[in-house]
Amino acid sequence: MSADTLVLILVATVAAGVPLIFAALGELIVEKSGVLNLGVEGMMIVGAISGFMVAAESGSLWLGVLAGAFAGMLMALVFAFLTLSLMANQVASGLALTIFGIGLSAYMGQAYNSVALDGLKAIQIPLLSDLPVVGKLLFGYDPLVYLALLMYPLLVWFLYYSRGGLILRAIGESPSSAHALGYPVIKIRYLAVLFGGAMAGIGGAYLSLAYTPLWSEGMTAGRGWIALALVVFATWRPGRVLLGAFLFGGVTIAQFHVQGMGVEIPSQFLSMLPYLATITVLVLISRNAATIRLNAPASLGQAFHNEVH
Amino acid sequence: MTDKFTTDRRQVLKILLGSSLMAGSLPLFSSLALADDKEKLKVAFIYVSPIGDAGWTYQHDQGRKQMQDKLGDKVEVKVLDSVPEGAEVERVVRELASSGYKLIFGTSFGYMNPMLKVAKAFPNTHFEHATGYKTAKNLGNYNARFYEGRYLAGIVAGSMTKSKKLGYVAAFPIPEVLQGINAYLRGAQSVNPDVELNVVWVNSWFDPGREREAADTLIDQGADVVTHHTDSTAVVIAAQEKGKYAIAYHSDMSKYGKDAHLTAVTHHWGDYYTKEVQAELDGKWEPGSIWGGIKDGMIDLAPLNAVVPADVKEKVEKAKASIVDGSLHPFGGPVVMQDGKEVVAAGGSLSDEDLSKMDYYVKGVNGKLPK
Repeated sequence: MSADTLVLILVATVAAGVPLIFAALGELIVEKSGVLNLGVEGMMIVGAISGFMVAAESGSLWLGVLAGAFAGMLMALVFAFLTLSLMANQVASGLALTIFGIGLSAYMGQAYNSVALDGLKAIQIPLLSDLPVVGKLLFGYDPLVYLALLMYPLLVWFLYYSRGGLILRAIGESPSSAHALGYPVIKIRYLAVLFGGAMAGIGGAYLSLAYTPLWSEGMTAGRGWIALALVVFATWRPGRVLLGAFLFGGVTIAQFHVQGMGVEIPSQFLSMLPYLATITVLVLISRNAATIRLNAPASLGQAFHNEVH
Repeated sequence: MTDKFTTDRRQVLKILLGSSLMAGSLPLFSSLALADDKEKLKVAFIYVSPIGDAGWTYQHDQGRKQMQDKLGDKVEVKVLDSVPEGAEVERVVRELASSGYKLIFGTSFGYMNPMLKVAKAFPNTHFEHATGYKTAKNLGNYNARFYEGRYLAGIVAGSMTKSKKLGYVAAFPIPEVLQGINAYLRGAQSVNPDVELNVVWVNSWFDPGREREAADTLIDQGADVVTHHTDSTAVVIAAQEKGKYAIAYHSDMSKYGKDAHLTAVTHHWGDYYTKEVQAELDGKWEPGSIWGGIKDGMIDLAPLNAVVPADVKEKVEKAKASIVDGSLHPFGGPVVMQDGKEVVAAGGSLSDEDLSKMDYYVKGVNGKLPK
């Protein structure tokens, strides 16, 4: 394999990992607050169509990205209202949100099936982008890719080095203790769920505005579920979520290259490889039961009643 | 008392008389309604996906429209889209048949068995199924020789490639897709003998993200003309963005990549639908097993891009005419497999039977076929 091919694979890997990074980092924050939202796929796809519709109508891709984030938040608000205010079961509500989102997006997108749209373009930094290998590898992506990468240090800082993060984690561990200390558990969980929705929405908008770029029904094709799995297998650590997303993207791209090079492995096997590889690696590096316990939010998935029992 | 009784009896008589009149007129009404039904034949179309702006279902719907333009005053048409293959199909077909639809078209492979089942239960209703292989007294099937169009598209691709590497994004390794791949390469080889073809299987009919990744991969590997046997427009969009050429499938997709789009292998069902509905109107419908090609107007190429030189255009026209008059068969001998084994010697050609069982790559395709 030549160096050029390697660079091409790496560049494609980054792009393939970005929608997963958005959705999974968002879900990580949600779960750290003790809420399990299985509606990531639904929020992503509604983000994808909303972003596409707004971009197609307004001509502004950035307005589209904002619309994607906003639509994801609206979806998350429905979920938050059901589970946090009405105390509905989180698993059932999340699943319903996904099913609802897939149907809703198909309905919204009827008129936008295969509408042509100029996607988000890679930025060009004079000199830097033209550097041989490094230019392509570091300075040749569209702005959303950089936003995704920027989210990582931001979230690490927030979760582990800020007071807000400490409160969020405390609520995820023991909402009743946090409540006893006077923290508004429900309000903070609302904010976390909304943030997760916005991130999933941006992830979806990245697919429809930059990655493909087009709208078609069911285009997220299970990426929301993969993002959910990434959070669990990465044992709720942002760094490992990032690693998992790139690994998944990388194996997906690499398997196409392997096919094209004519290696004799059945393509059906190659198709399942990204899932297999990602889960295996994450399970192996995170197999210490003590660290899993340490990182897993203790109250994950449990409803919290803030009145006195 | 008696008086009242007689009034009552009279009323009873009135009612009896009235209802018998009603009853007498009933057959009249229903025969009128029947006559109205007879004048307007009820025809239904069932599609597997949304109609959209391009693709497999879109082409069927264009055909449906063409039929209605010609026979619109004689038929009443119902269209059901997004009917997924599976349990739902039988319910949908049964409902149509029992509500008076006399001719029902189903356009997805997976509809075959449910349609066959319903056909047995409704012997007076006629059914037509696209791309299947089962027939019954009231169930016909129809399909197109997509590979003929692929051969012509191959001529365009073989002429336009500079890297001598072509790329093909394919869904599943079934005979229909392999016919397309092999015919495409043979068409390209007919004008450019040492051209190569790389195939990437995405194992999905429809997944724009993966189709895009596959197209990008092929382009990264040096392919400068890419084509696809999948359902979205992602491959054409990828080629447009990367400044390469693409050949679309199902529909003309030039609006998704005006520079990249060289041509498209397009499907045309209008003439067929018109013919079948007309036969039904005339009471002459029979279950057929149709495999139509360029000659029958079922397959064609979209207008060539302006960058395609005139001599290439001429070659395509010539090949098209030869396929129509039968002097050229896209799988005319010698047909040689990847490993050098000859399937058909010079002078012969693959039979329809051979084609329907195709499970190999011809020489010039890189990589091994997933089995």
